[in-house]
Amino acid sequence: MAENDVVVIAERVVGGHPDVTFELLGKAKEIASALGGEVHCLVVGSPEGHECLGASDHLHLVEGEHLWPYNPHAWESAVSALLTQIKPRLVLASTGTVGIDLCGALAAQSGSMLASYVVDLSVEGSTLMAVAQLYGGKLMAECDLGDGPAFVTAIPGSFASQATRVDGVANATSHAHEAAEVRMRHVALTEPEKTGVDITSEELLVSVGRGIGSQSNIDLAQELAEVLGAGLSASRPVIDQGWLPKAHQVGKSGKKVKPKIYLALGISGAPEHLEGMRQAELIIACNTDATAPIFEVAHYGTTADLFDLVPEILDLIGG
Amino acid sequence: MLLAVVETRKIFGGTTHLERVFFYLLALVVLVVFFAGLGLRVKKYMAGRPLDASRFRRARVPLEKPGVSAPVPLTQTGVDIAANRTVSRRNHAVGGAHLLLFWGFLGLLAATIIVGLDYDVYGNLTRIFGGKELSFFKGWFYLGYNAIFDTAGLAAIVGAVWLAVRRIRDTKSSVALDYTRAQKPRSGYSRAAMTAGDHLFIFGLILILFTGILLQGLRIDAAGFPSFERWTWLGYLVGSGFGALGLHGSAAGTAHFWLWWVHILMALAFVAYLPFSKALHMISAPANLAVRDPGNTRRLPSPPSGHAGYQDFADFTSKELLGFDACTKCGRCHSVCPARTGGAPLSPRDLILDLRQYADRKRGIPMVLDWEERPDQSGPKNLEGRLAGEVIEPATLWSCTTCMACVEICPVGIEHVPTIVSLRRSLVDAGEMDPTLQAALENIATQGNSFGKSSRMRARWTKGLDIPIPDARKEEVEYLWFLGDFASFDERLQEISRTLARVLTANGISFGILYEDERNAGNDVRRAGEEGLFEMLVEKNMEAFSKASFKKIFTTDPHSFNTLRNEYPAYGLDKPVMHYSELLASLISEGRVSLAGLDKKVTYHDPCYLGRYNRIFDAPRSVITSAGCELVEMPRNRTNSFCCGAGGGRIWMDDSVLAERPSANRIREAAELDVGYFVVACPKDYAMFSDAVKSTGNEDRMKVVDIVELFAEASGELALAGAASEEAPES
Amino acid sequence: MKIVVAMRQIADLVEELEVDASGADIDREFVKFVSNEWDEAALEEALCLKEAHGGEVVVVGVDDVDFDQTLFGALAKGADRAVKLDCGFEGWMPTAVRAEILARWLREESFDLVLTGVQAADDLDGQLAGVLGARLGLPHAAVVVGLEPDGSGFKVTQELGGGVTLTSHATGPLVLGIQAARQAPRYVPISRIRQAMSAGGIEVVEVEAPSARAPKVTRLFAPEAKGRAEMLGDKPSEVAARIVELIRAKGVSVS
Ligand SMILES: Cc1cc2nc3c(=O)[nH]c(=O)nc-3n(C[C@H](O)[C@H](O)[C@H](O)COP(=O)(O)OP(=O)(O)OC[C@H]3O[C@@H](n4cnc5c(N)ncnc54)[C@H](O)[C@@H]3O)c2cc1C
Ligand code: SF4
Ligand code: SF4
Repeated sequence: MAENDVVVIAERVVGGHPDVTFELLGKAKEIASALGGEVHCLVVGSPEGHECLGASDHLHLVEGEHLWPYNPHAWESAVSALLTQIKPRLVLASTGTVGIDLCGALAAQSGSMLASYVVDLSVEGSTLMAVAQLYGGKLMAECDLGDGPAFVTAIPGSFASQATRVDGVANATSHAHEAAEVRMRHVALTEPEKTGVDITSEELLVSVGRGIGSQSNIDLAQELAEVLGAGLSASRPVIDQGWLPKAHQVGKSGKKVKPKIYLALGISGAPEHLEGMRQAELIIACNTDATAPIFEVAHYGTTADLFDLVPEILDLIGG
Repeated sequence: MLLAVVETRKIFGGTTHLERVFFYLLALVVLVVFFAGLGLRVKKYMAGRPLDASRFRRARVPLEKPGVSAPVPLTQTGVDIAANRTVSRRNHAVGGAHLLLFWGFLGLLAATIIVGLDYDVYGNLTRIFGGKELSFFKGWFYLGYNAIFDTAGLAAIVGAVWLAVRRIRDTKSSVALDYTRAQKPRSGYSRAAMTAGDHLFIFGLILILFTGILLQGLRIDAAGFPSFERWTWLGYLVGSGFGALGLHGSAAGTAHFWLWWVHILMALAFVAYLPFSKALHMISAPANLAVRDPGNTRRLPSPPSGHAGYQDFADFTSKELLGFDACTKCGRCHSVCPARTGGAPLSPRDLILDLRQYADRKRGIPMVLDWEERPDQSGPKNLEGRLAGEVIEPATLWSCTTCMACVEICPVGIEHVPTIVSLRRSLVDAGEMDPTLQAALENIATQGNSFGKSSRMRARWTKGLDIPIPDARKEEVEYLWFLGDFASFDERLQEISRTLARVLTANGISFGILYEDERNAGNDVRRAGEEGLFEMLVEKNMEAFSKASFKKIFTTDPHSFNTLRNEYPAYGLDKPVMHYSELLASLISEGRVSLAGLDKKVTYHDPCYLGRYNRIFDAPRSVITSAGCELVEMPRNRTNSFCCGAGGGRIWMDDSVLAERPSANRIREAAELDVGYFVVACPKDYAMFSDAVKSTGNEDRMKVVDIVELFAEASGELALAGAASEEAPES
Repeated sequence: MKIVVAMRQIADLVEELEVDASGADIDREFVKFVSNEWDEAALEEALCLKEAHGGEVVVVGVDDVDFDQTLFGALAKGADRAVKLDCGFEGWMPTAVRAEILARWLREESFDLVLTGVQAADDLDGQLAGVLGARLGLPHAAVVVGLEPDGSGFKVTQELGGGVTLTSHATGPLVLGIQAARQAPRYVPISRIRQAMSAGGIEVVEVEAPSARAPKVTRLFAPEAKGRAEMLGDKPSEVAARIVELIRAKGVSVS
């Protein structure tokens, strides 16, 4: 139980372990080695699928009543109990529901430092330095987390994850957690229904404009969206033509969207359209006209023909 | 027995005393019914909010323009009514027919009154006081009377028949005469009774007129054609006709007797029917024209005290209630309405008819064949429901672009727009609106613009200029340029704003802007029904004006222009307000600039808020023609211009429900003309029509340009080439 | 049911935010401050609950630029009380400090629910609901998208990402971070706000500003400005490869 250890809270609540946990494990290793500590990974509730978390030095599997499915109240008390044992220097989670549920409260209880929306983290001497993304990404704050215990919630996608999916766990300990008083009980876990269209909640949007040409070509875009696990949206002319229902429209008279990635295919970038998608984190535009205004707001652009480009992407991932 | 020939006739058609008593009793009942009906209506109007007394204050407010914002002088109203000017606008045939019927009917009314005066008043007075019943209905008076009023009768018949034929023949072909509702009630509806009522009115009238003429003929025939009756030329003619058919003497007398009763009973029935039917417009229409106020739409009235918007019957003004009763279902507003044309659930005609039925039901006033039938208690039958929201559907109210086309054309002077806005205010008060409209209003409330941009970015458009734009808050300028949101924030339009800045600078105009202190002027905010926000914007802008020193204001946006010019004076603005088209036109007319001939074939779209609202038609046209362009007018131009669909806050609302956007309809109209350019003088128009040119597939045929772009090109400031306009080097 | 809604002001994100002379905070001088959008959702949810089940809605917050505006707006929308906690603090208040101020006030009040926005764009040291919940020793949950009274407690639905939602039953009092109300926040006409303003009715409570541990911002800066799009060329196969790479790098899982 070294005071320079780093804890990663595994945030699996359904399905497999999410990418962000591996990103955090990678970062945890980096920080732990800089501090001269070790990496702990806390798996709460169900131990299922924990084998791939081998990048950690210690794996803690906590089981107990009310811990599975996810229960914010019960998890908080379980993680809190473990942390008092481990006494880590740093606890890492994501700025997602689990991270937000746990970290603020745990930091407040233990009087620790907390930084959220972190996109970068490093050790300088004995202090931890973080860079957080604030004001909806408009400003970055570099901050000093001091030399005491700290909690950090990071924005998913900030750290590389590939390298840390390591199978086989040497050092796993099981813990039983007995909650003192449970004031929250599980009722239901609902997986998304694929019926209702909500382009505002998609992380990735494939968006088509009049350049798509006709109703029949919509299928091509639809296929791309499916393969990418993305939502399908469109500019107004596509809706007006009746090629897609109104719920798919982005822009002034449609929906305002803020996906992580907005892939604009055959959209010129009229102000009314830009109004609805300008805030996407990453905009990639495909338009054969190099002077199209969409390139003024896009981060990446190509003048390739969308009918050449889309099949290529499908080949790359679909196959 | 030899009698001197006295040119007269017997007035009462009956013979016995009993008949006489019967007639007078019936006439009495009819008059009671008539005045009771009229009384009910007058009481209804009195139950509304009193008319704004300022309507009758003839003193001229400094910035008022006669016929636009100043009240119409009563003499002019008199001429309008006498000449049926409002009826014959844009439809001279119907106007002419109506004029014949109008004067013919008035003539016959006068004839009846004269006879009544002679027989019932003069006759009785002389009998009672002089012991001998006298009559002036004889001799030359009788002859003249017959000659004149026979002509009136003919005029009335011709007019009435003409109108009746049109009503039957054109019902299918004319949108105006088709009573199908724009907003379809879920439960269904029928307007068969209304149609029947229309027919009853016109054919009843024709029958009365016709029997009157026939009576004359029979009487003259029965009397054996006394030669003096030739003065009764129409009756004589008809009588000769009877004669030719072999009807003579006592047979003609008997026929006369029966027909006289038929005629009299119909005429009396008509009098009783009048206050409960379409015939009411004979009284309500001229009355409504007399109290119309053209300023009312340009300068919207404030909400009734205590209510944010109209909530119940008592919120309507007397003028509005009178107006509802004046509607003749002529359908002119229905056919020009861009919302209705585009397939929106709004027809100004239906709105007025619904409100009339609602008001009458509320007051328990019966109508004869003038009601819409519904199987349930929805719409105007819903006396308990919310006025804005249930009696009138929200979608109906939100569809209006406040283009004023309906107010402009309504022959009886109904002002639909203030009523619509007053009802919208109730919806806004309840927070019931399109989410996109809500977002726009919230943006305007926080940052003063509908674009949701920071107010500090308002003057960002000046960044691309190599000339400084004076800050009117820091230095004295002649003109304060009020740009409005679109010209300030829309990327496409910022280039046009820069062009205007270059043109004005090059021509030595002293102007400045308010930079981040300018706020949305509030014209459309007010028309969307958000009165509180409008007032807040006025306060902010007035505060900004007070910080600046300038002599006049000019605006880019016709909407801002309207409110600054017509509504801000009530809040203390005392500077003249112009539109940039006027400024450009004055540069030309003063000879301060010489324009090279452009040789372009163009058409021009009159923005509602510049043209219809403020009667500025010639300034932009003079810029276009002075620039050497050939101007081809669209069929709907000037006061009949067709709205682009953006006004009244519509630009912030979803228009995907429309079958065809008004802007697309307009571009199709222009596309018929074979012109290369569609010229606009309004930033919103530029946005709406650039989009419509694309969506209608006319990109290759027509390009949307602003008048200042033409001006700049013609004065060598800028070359108007392809889509990406290249700037000429600065002189 | 008594619902406390904790609200706060935040710089309007449509503003171009500039960094002040200290280099560690935004320049607050010319920026417009508006109500935090998620707090508005929390208020909406509270008002809907009140309309459906009766009760009282109390809006509370630490005083900040134009906070009165927000409180009057809340009163105009139907809140019963508006409380302003005045501690003379100016500038960037850490969540830990805000939570402590609110906790001290709340300990004197009785309530069934505390609702607040799931986050604010500058809550560097954590989101309010969790921190406040811990300080009050109450159960709490974040990213709440559904809330219904249920027997002696509440049914709370949270969004877990990827469209998965979790519903739990909790016995109150509770502190919840609201992500979305059952309906979009209502519009309140300016005239009603003005009425609320002329009626007054904001309770002002003088409080002390406690100290708390929070990260020390050493530098606040704008991310690298991006100009026009970086062009990826026009060879479809190469462009496709780059696009897939970009998507993967963004952490969006691609099957
Ligand atoms: C009041 C108002 C509200 C509006 N609201 C909205 C709104 O909410 N949302 C909205 O989107 N629009 C809105 N518009 C319409 C807007 O002005 C534009 O007309 C619209 O966004 C244009 O859509 P687009 O880019 O798909 O079509 P276009 O502008 O026609 O662009 C098509 C593009 O596709 C490119 N292209 C063609 N073929 C190919 C190919 N094979 N490969 C690659 N590229 C190709 C072309 O170069 C062109 O740039 C609104 C307009 C108004 C006036
Ligand atoms: S103002 Fe224009 S849109 Fe509104 S009802 Fe009249 S004609 Fe129709
Ligand atoms: S409102 Fe006026 S224009 Fe419209 S139908 Fe009635 S009378 Fe005709």
